Amino acid sequence: MVKEHDNLDSHGEQTLSLRLRVWRQSRGAAGHFEDHALAAVPTSASFLEMMDMLNEQLIKEGKDTFAFDHDCREGICGMCSMTINGMPHGPLPGVTTCQLHMRNFRDGEMITVEPWRAKAFPVIKDLAVNRSAFDKVIQAGGFITVRTGSATEANNTLIPKSVADEAMDAAECIGCGACVASCKNGSAMLFVGAKINHLNILPQGQPERERRTLAMVKTMDDAGFGNCTNYGECQAHCPKSITLDVIAKLNRDYLRARVKEFFSSTGKPRKGGD
Amino acid sequence: MKLDSKIPAGPVADKWSNHKAKMRLVNPANRRKYHVIVVGSGLAGSAAAASFAEMGYEVSCFCYQDSPRRAHSIAAQGGINAAKNYQNDGDSIRRLFLDTIKGGDYRAREANVYRLAQVSTSIIDQCVAQGVPFAREYGGLLANRSFGGAQVSRTFYARGQTGQQLLLGAYSALSRQIGAGTVKMYTRHEMLDLVLVGGQAKGIVTRDLVTGEIQAWASDVVVLCTGGYGNVFYLSTNAQGCNVTATYRAHRRGAGFANPCYTQIHPTCIPVHGEDQSKLTLMSESLRNDGRVWVPKDKADCTKPASEIPEDRRDYFLERKYPSYGNLAPRDIASRAAKEVCDEGRGVGQVVDGKRLGVYLDFSAAIKRLGEPAIRERYGNLFDMYENITGENAYHQPMRIFPAVHYTMGGLWVDYNLQSNIPGLFVGGEANFSDHGANRLGASALMQGLADGYFVLPYTVTDYLAGVGLTGRPSVEAPEFKAAVKEVQDRTQWFLNNKGNRSARSYHKALGKIVWEKCGMARDKAGLEGAIRDLQALRADFWKNILVVGSGDQLAPELERAGRVADFLDFGIMMCLDALHRDESCGGHFRTEYQDGGEAQRNDDKYAHVAVWAWQGDGQLPVRHTEPLVYEDVQFTTRSYK
Repeated sequence: MVKEHDNLDSHGEQTLSLRLRVWRQSRGAAGHFEDHALAAVPTSASFLEMMDMLNEQLIKEGKDTFAFDHDCREGICGMCSMTINGMPHGPLPGVTTCQLHMRNFRDGEMITVEPWRAKAFPVIKDLAVNRSAFDKVIQAGGFITVRTGSATEANNTLIPKSVADEAMDAAECIGCGACVASCKNGSAMLFVGAKINHLNILPQGQPERERRTLAMVKTMDDAGFGNCTNYGECQAHCPKSITLDVIAKLNRDYLRARVKEFFSSTGKPRKGGD
Repeated sequence: MKLDSKIPAGPVADKWSNHKAKMRLVNPANRRKYHVIVVGSGLAGSAAAASFAEMGYEVSCFCYQDSPRRAHSIAAQGGINAAKNYQNDGDSIRRLFLDTIKGGDYRAREANVYRLAQVSTSIIDQCVAQGVPFAREYGGLLANRSFGGAQVSRTFYARGQTGQQLLLGAYSALSRQIGAGTVKMYTRHEMLDLVLVGGQAKGIVTRDLVTGEIQAWASDVVVLCTGGYGNVFYLSTNAQGCNVTATYRAHRRGAGFANPCYTQIHPTCIPVHGEDQSKLTLMSESLRNDGRVWVPKDKADCTKPASEIPEDRRDYFLERKYPSYGNLAPRDIASRAAKEVCDEGRGVGQVVDGKRLGVYLDFSAAIKRLGEPAIRERYGNLFDMYENITGENAYHQPMRIFPAVHYTMGGLWVDYNLQSNIPGLFVGGEANFSDHGANRLGASALMQGLADGYFVLPYTVTDYLAGVGLTGRPSVEAPEFKAAVKEVQDRTQWFLNNKGNRSARSYHKALGKIVWEKCGMARDKAGLEGAIRDLQALRADFWKNILVVGSGDQLAPELERAGRVADFLDFGIMMCLDALHRDESCGGHFRTEYQDGGEAQRNDDKYAHVAVWAWQGDGQLPVRHTEPLVYEDVQFTTRSYK
């Protein structure tokens, strides 16, 4: 994608000159875009390294840097969260912002960088948002109840490889929130569906299946996430390529749990695992 | 400094069970009256916090990330060891113990390592029960793979994301307790001091990274699970936020820092590509199961594409030098061998600082033998990651790899109970020093973090609490807390007011360059002495010219960075000093003066001990103490993988 150009750095590597339009916002205040020019960006740099360069340039000018979330920089912690040219994690499918490299941009390009935009994820500063609503959903039921020390011998539970693989496909979710940021409704169904799928298909997850599903969905709704209306943007922007079928299975399990709840003698979901 | 290892008496195999039987207990009804602070939410921290809360203690857990699920344990790829012997290949607790002791080059504490091997099997049981989706055979049983430094297959794994899945297991247990109200979780909080009252650890001081509020927290016991110090090298495989501040602040309050010179350089990372690079990315050691490591025999071939170099002109140097372990030689040995061939001028890839620093990791033989789909199934995500970063497809051409800083075996000194020399301060996971000696074997970090968190700390902390009783917790209004808060406030304000001319990142890069060159894969006396002088000068410059932009009442990444770099600068000096005063080579610590044809030469007569450093004051050099390593069970032998 890099066009033939004479910009080379000291390693003989091609570099880019960029125009950046970056979101600036203080906690509790209204935000706005700020324009900056940045030269000599190596094409081998990651997007976050490009942001580091911009911040170092701002420090030289005595200006405040742009705050953004990032940590592992190898695509697994789920901390990085930038909407780049309108797309959460940028234009490449199946990667996080930290794994997006500048060779995917053109010299002279204008790049717009914004935070996740969703009602349930308020901006803390600049590009950093508060995603604690995700933690609350997990705290409501995204677990299997097992006290330390109470587990039985691991190989007593036989799990067919296909089931373990399917659980693993769902468990790959890194909880970054790109699904919410990409959805017109700000829906968290892909995130919740991934966790539900991971735990609800495993034999260990059966005793709490219904109460888990009901509790997580209720907490999701209470946190201000929207509903799913099948746009499919979440699947397109998920850096771990989690697919929409987890939402279908979430709906199935939710219906199942509601029906069981309705027909149970107490009017409450059957308890398990306590 | 009093260093009593408190190793229980008796044969090594019985020590832990005997000790457990003698430890004191706390009545369930009284447990809620004790407040336990856990700092860090990685494998050790999350596991410990969840376990304490399940037992009934009141727990507060702190992490600097926005969620406990993001701690850097999540990035561990390859797997977790356990002595299950599911493969019927001769594994046992004793074998795992011996491998780990040997892997650590006879510089770990025997009793701790044996306990680690003993509890390893319970960890797998616990994680499976939590729903960790480990790899399975078609029959539904758990699968294993091999890892470096062992001749048995004892590594459990979840694709290339084992750390992620284990952490999500621990995080789910922790989340259950947070939801139940038994753990109070404080995210985006950074611990900036430890508070001692009457010589005992009784609380911490934190800064809320979102609001800037500096606050004191009182407790009956403090447990640090804050990870390692690999980021002292600036470029490492650690997450950007990983730092030494929590353990270094505890060190300043009197906690001994053990073996800081024991750092692990992982052989298979993506090579450095440029000046603005912020991070090195690991390619899992599991790749060495199927990848063959080589460089051209002839320097002249180094600029040619790998495909144009015929088989007989390739040097598979690990297979040549270590025929019995081959490409699965332990990390320190594989790293040094790669450095050696690159120093000879036979490296491949981009020239950085006048050298080609890279060797090939080639999968063509495995792809030919097993087919591309099988390789994709095993390592697909790693190959994808490699392509994202380098733009190269490793199914069609070999990966280029080079060693990078990955893990730190040193850490706060702890006794057998994982208690530091400060009563009431416990340390778990990578933050302590105890189990890996001078080199850690692959797939052992996850094992140790979870062993400490699930199966050691719950017992030993209970024993401590039963001893201090219910009257021990001070109020945060106590003068010790007020003084500590004021110190943190003053330091924070100093950074914001200094208005120098140089960024924290530029100091961090300069620090990293010095320690990587002089205290990295090869060290020598003159280099280390020079490094200490250079670091002292850099430190002086930092405290004059540091520039911190931003304000104290908002998210202020530059303020966070400045505080961490300040502690790394002091720590870097201590690390070089430790390396200088260990006149031998062992594991990851390779002093070029002490070698036998490239192999590390230990000096068991003089250095079979833990070096423990005591803080002496700002700008003063720390003082060295020792804990002798007494081997009751194992005989010292020369570590050979030939």
